[in-house]
Amino acid sequence: MYNYDVIVIGGGSAGMSAALEARKNGAEKVAILERDSRLGGILNQCIHNGFGLHYFKEELTGPEYANKFVKLVDESDIDVYLDTLVTSMTKDKKIVAVNPVDGVMNMTAKAVVLAMGCRERTAGAIAMPGSRPAGIYTAGMAQRLANIDGYLVGKKVVILGSGDIGLIMARRMTFEGAKVLAVLELMPYSSGLKRNIVQCLEDYNIPLYYSHTVTRAKGKNRLEGIYYAPVDENRRPILEQEKYIECDTLLLSVGLIPANDMALALGVETDPVTGSMAVDERRETSIEGIFASGNVLHVHDLVDNVSEESAIAGKYAGEYSKGVRENGRPYSVKASSGVRYALPQKVYSGEGKVKIFFRVGNIYKNAKLVVKSGENVIFTKKYMILSPGEMEYVLLDKSSLSGDVSIALEV
Amino acid sequence: MYDVIIIGGGVVGASALREAVSYGMKALLLEADDDVATGTSRANSGIIHAGYDAKPNSLKAKFNVRGNALCYELAGELGIDAKRIGSLVVSTKEGLKGLEDLEKRGKENGVDVKIIRREEILRIEKNVADDIEYALYAKDGGIISPYKFTIALADNAVINGGEVILESKVVKIDNNGGKFTVYTENGKSYETKIVVNSAGGHANDINAMLGDEIYDTEFRRGDYFVLDTKEAKNISTVLFPLPDERGKGVLVAPTVDGNVIYGPTSIKVESIEDTGVTGEGLDIIRASVTKSYKCPNYRNVIRVYAGVRSIVGGDFVIKWSDKVDNYFILAGICSPGLTSAPAIGEYVAKEIADRLGKKEKKKLIPNKRAKHFASMSVDELNELVKEDPRWCKIVCRCEKVSEKEIVEAINSPVKATSVDAVKRRARAGMGRCGGGFCAPDVMEIIARELDIPLTAVKKGGKNSNIAVSYVKEDGIDV
Repeated sequence: MYNYDVIVIGGGSAGMSAALEARKNGAEKVAILERDSRLGGILNQCIHNGFGLHYFKEELTGPEYANKFVKLVDESDIDVYLDTLVTSMTKDKKIVAVNPVDGVMNMTAKAVVLAMGCRERTAGAIAMPGSRPAGIYTAGMAQRLANIDGYLVGKKVVILGSGDIGLIMARRMTFEGAKVLAVLELMPYSSGLKRNIVQCLEDYNIPLYYSHTVTRAKGKNRLEGIYYAPVDENRRPILEQEKYIECDTLLLSVGLIPANDMALALGVETDPVTGSMAVDERRETSIEGIFASGNVLHVHDLVDNVSEESAIAGKYAGEYSKGVRENGRPYSVKASSGVRYALPQKVYSGEGKVKIFFRVGNIYKNAKLVVKSGENVIFTKKYMILSPGEMEYVLLDKSSLSGDVSIALEV
Repeated sequence: MYDVIIIGGGVVGASALREAVSYGMKALLLEADDDVATGTSRANSGIIHAGYDAKPNSLKAKFNVRGNALCYELAGELGIDAKRIGSLVVSTKEGLKGLEDLEKRGKENGVDVKIIRREEILRIEKNVADDIEYALYAKDGGIISPYKFTIALADNAVINGGEVILESKVVKIDNNGGKFTVYTENGKSYETKIVVNSAGGHANDINAMLGDEIYDTEFRRGDYFVLDTKEAKNISTVLFPLPDERGKGVLVAPTVDGNVIYGPTSIKVESIEDTGVTGEGLDIIRASVTKSYKCPNYRNVIRVYAGVRSIVGGDFVIKWSDKVDNYFILAGICSPGLTSAPAIGEYVAKEIADRLGKKEKKKLIPNKRAKHFASMSVDELNELVKEDPRWCKIVCRCEKVSEKEIVEAINSPVKATSVDAVKRRARAGMGRCGGGFCAPDVMEIIARELDIPLTAVKKGGKNSNIAVSYVKEDGIDV
């Protein structure tokens, strides 16, 4: 009854893009399983603009961006299951999912695309010392309450971490009359986009302290304030320099973690740096017919890249479901010397081009990127500046591949 | 007029209430906070101690051993889990003497203990540290959820006719010879024949109200790491190091709900309220865990917490007041207080019943075991979803908690009115996202069920409102 060519788990930007492409590329029966009551995922709460500049060549808000895809899904014959949670999945693509309308559904698919997105790292996960009162939330939860439900979580705010959601929420809380007192960043650089630092902090005179962290939260039931201090080169707080800020809210933007637990439980091969699935250029995991894309794979800065990556996963999932499969020679892709990770982790020889995304591990100025295939240098590029907060990519000619690929920086 | 008023809704108070009810007493428990189990009973190791630690003939030894048996016995009636997974006190070659002392003590206390060697240790727990040679094995050691235990005891008391009134901090007690009038902060008062002080870390406050002795009390904080359920496969028993003068040391143990904990520390603090975790405390755990356990994994930490226990001398205080008639004092119930709680409750209620001339003990109606989506069969779910679709509406994705479970938790005998109270009962928000995804949904369900505005929904405790205002109330023009 619930037999599909392609099942896409997750109906956010990644899932919708993948499902549409799967349908275009051979899959006749496609389903999206979405946990929430509507499609769109986290974009629904991202009411700020800045989305779509690359993909649609126009500036959109999150909901506007999502709705472009929702409209296409609505017009298609893709089955959408809302309020639906996948409770288990096997390597041979048997999926159990539940929702209040259909109850427990036993589903099968010829191909699966994992598009579950990511979750936020919490105060608990970073073992933040101090009390655990009301007033300490992830930035995304505060964003949801403000933008979906219409409530503000506090009036005097400190933000720990300079991830994009934290930066966006600094501005958002300011708009609503809250005072954002400071943004503290453990690292000597931000993991957020430069444009967000300018538009969300600098424009509102919100101070950003690099190499600082919260040393403890104070307040039994309600947050009363936080202690903070600079950190040494090992990122340990220098407690002699601890200071106190009175505040009723601490928002955390200290990293996003791919929500890949179900996939990892299948024993899929992982990349030790991203902590998530390793994939080939089609975004296929080490388990045949199971593809992954978007933030469940690695955390993207721009939804535009998520849509693009997911279209790749969807296309090949669609083809796979119809038995279409062309392999060139496989070559591994390895990041080294300043490049923190590169994705996909495997490419194939052949025709056309392949895009490799990468992220550096520190701020590098006047650095040269060198891509080798076997012993041959197949691509070089000079960068004025490279920062961990901005994902970069290189476009390689597949015909130039003659061995395993390495991506490294020469500083 | 109540027969007995119990002050403090920790595990000991809840147990005393339930036992009092079984004697047919008109019994009331007053709790200052907005839920039971919000103090020491919320944040401890959740261990059912076998009973080899306590000094022979001490109250700790007596109540621990009896309590151990009762914990397992009661779990079924209370509809909760108590798992007899055994415990190991492990040591290197050099620690054998210490283990032998413990073994001797255990045997004097009547506990089933034996010293085993590495080979046998590995059959019980494969992940002990490499230099561990000996262990004291107690097959009756186990685990229980301290807050679910407390809640279940209180719920059970309520369905059998007891009363629990929350948000009722006791501020004054009048003693009119044979009758007490207990006043609470919210302006109410209650009359009773007998008062039980089970106020835990606040025991001295109640003693002071009645002009009783102020105990020299030491407060010690225990910090803990909580690990993702992914780590549960690595530990199958309760792993203790050799105890020292500060306590039982940093343990590694699974929890009944499938997590793993590393902790506690034992750090002296000023008051029972000092439950803030410290970096120093966490460092102590990191340094200690590896001595007994070979695969700690801090990447899978999902939460840290700390609880404070109060210590009065070397033993529990469990006695009728020497100064005030009909006033029963429970103080210094530190470890093994959780294990001992059912036995302490049993003892206290018997003492009171004797005084009131109540002899007969009735059989209590058991709790209905709460159903959880995560542990139901497909057939069962398909049946239930026909009756109520909310069984298949998952609110907490990490722990797979359905809307129906949350509604049932809110409407349980001792109502859950805060996000944390729901979390303790239904586990929504206990998982790896820390409630980041589901807390707003839980808030909406609480607001709907209690018919209050969302801005009135609390995390837990006074002034812990999460949504403090509507947007656009005092926004700026941009």
